[in-house]
Amino acid sequence: MEMSGIGLLSGTRNILARDLTLAGRRITDVLTTLFFFVIVVSLFPLGVGPEMNTLRMIAPGILWVAALLATMLSLGRLFTADYIDGTLEQMLLSPQPLSLIVLGKVAAHWLVTGAPLVLMSPLLGLQFGLGGAALGVLMLTLLIGTPVLSLVGAMGAALTLGLRGGGALISLLVLPLYIPVLIFGAGAVEAVASGLEAGAHLSLLGALLVLALCFGPWVTAAALRISLE
Amino acid sequence: MALNWFKYSSPASFYPLAGRLAPWFGVAAALLTLTGLYLGFFVAPTDYKQGEAYRIIFIHVPAAWMSMFIYLVMAFYAGLGLVFNTRLSAFMARALAPTGALFTFISLWTGALWGKPMWGAWWVWDARLTSELILLFLYLGFISLQAAIEDPRRAARASGLLALIGAVNVPIIYFSVQWWNTLHQGASISMSQGSAMAATMLTAMLVMTLAFWMYTIAVVLTRVRCEILERERHSEWVAEVASRETR
Amino acid sequence: MSLTEFFSMGGYAFYVWGSYAVTALLMLIEVILVVRRRRTLLDRLGRIHGAAHGAWRDGAGNETQT
Repeated sequence: MEMSGIGLLSGTRNILARDLTLAGRRITDVLTTLFFFVIVVSLFPLGVGPEMNTLRMIAPGILWVAALLATMLSLGRLFTADYIDGTLEQMLLSPQPLSLIVLGKVAAHWLVTGAPLVLMSPLLGLQFGLGGAALGVLMLTLLIGTPVLSLVGAMGAALTLGLRGGGALISLLVLPLYIPVLIFGAGAVEAVASGLEAGAHLSLLGALLVLALCFGPWVTAAALRISLE
Repeated sequence: MALNWFKYSSPASFYPLAGRLAPWFGVAAALLTLTGLYLGFFVAPTDYKQGEAYRIIFIHVPAAWMSMFIYLVMAFYAGLGLVFNTRLSAFMARALAPTGALFTFISLWTGALWGKPMWGAWWVWDARLTSELILLFLYLGFISLQAAIEDPRRAARASGLLALIGAVNVPIIYFSVQWWNTLHQGASISMSQGSAMAATMLTAMLVMTLAFWMYTIAVVLTRVRCEILERERHSEWVAEVASRETR
Repeated sequence: MSLTEFFSMGGYAFYVWGSYAVTALLMLIEVILVVRRRRTLLDRLGRIHGAAHGAWRDGAGNETQT
């Protein structure tokens, strides 16, 4: 068994490719999350009123909260299928470090749920009257922030694996942990929309991503071991 | 000292110790509460700015302190339980959570009742109130996860890990909420700012904090005894305890 | 300071006493719940173990899950 650095990361890549193939076969799941995001965002003008100034003001918060909810909704899929058919148990026993397998799975999850949100966000931002610079920052913050959501959400998904009512429970566990991402993400867009610098927000968001990348997979692996032992 | 520590980390020997200690902490809590209330209501002067309404501080601030302190202690025990695999620490973490959530709620409730006359609103999105609200969510998550898992070993380990994740995130959340609050400068006025606190006020507050602390220990020790009895109900020593204590 | 003056709390009676009353009530409820939990637990354990010394192993299978 090759255990060099390249060998280890190739394991991550294999999992990533496998999960992406599986997701490709169930494309409706991917679209459901995306449609959820679009619908939730579109509900707000109906609830708040079509006043463009108001909408422009609340747009960053709405888009970010909707991204949070959409990501959270998709977390159940992260490990459940592999748990049910026993693949997850195999992964635990494989010579690959579990945290690297988790990293591959989370990367696949982000590509399937987070990335479409990033691509869709400027369109929705336009509906709320956001300007060009704000739209750019919105995409950028989602690009940095949604991986954090996937990484942190994976911990919650691992902890609630196989539990009854896991969906509601996972939101209770994960949403409080999403708050910093929400604050810095929406804050950056808001700052740019009102003509201020967003550099500090973006650096803090980047720091969160680094932290989540360093510790997330490792903690998730520990949580999976606890849930499966 | 080290020997004692290991001796009392076994549930069977901790059970009687906790039983002996709990009443004393209860008595201490009652005495300290009476002292604190006396100081708070009869010795501490009326605040020149807030009038008598400020007297809520004597439970609001101690409850807020305890809510954060208990979360830290809970995470500490959860970490001990995960690393050293000691069952007693997991029981302690589990027993601490309801009292921690209670103090979090009390601090929110008293904060609202204080905010109404001072800020003119039951709730303002002040950094500290918001952080307390998030802390309440963290407690609720911990308790719910524990309740959702049937296997006691998995419940203890999973919620232990969650407590640790929460403890690492609390500073990040607190910092981000502070940041968010300073960016959105609203009508919020810091509660402690403005009037310099008289020494007697501070004393009363510290005494009440101590009272809450003793109360927490008394309640948690009693609750942890229940946990021990429930989990170890098949063991011989529980049989003895049961036949002795039910007479 | 007269008694009524004390209880009126300078017009803030509702807020001050509302805080203290709810705090006291909640703490009292917690104490009652914990004590009651202990009582019912000992009751149940007593039924399982206490009734017949040495026979506790037989009863262990019949107890309810908690």
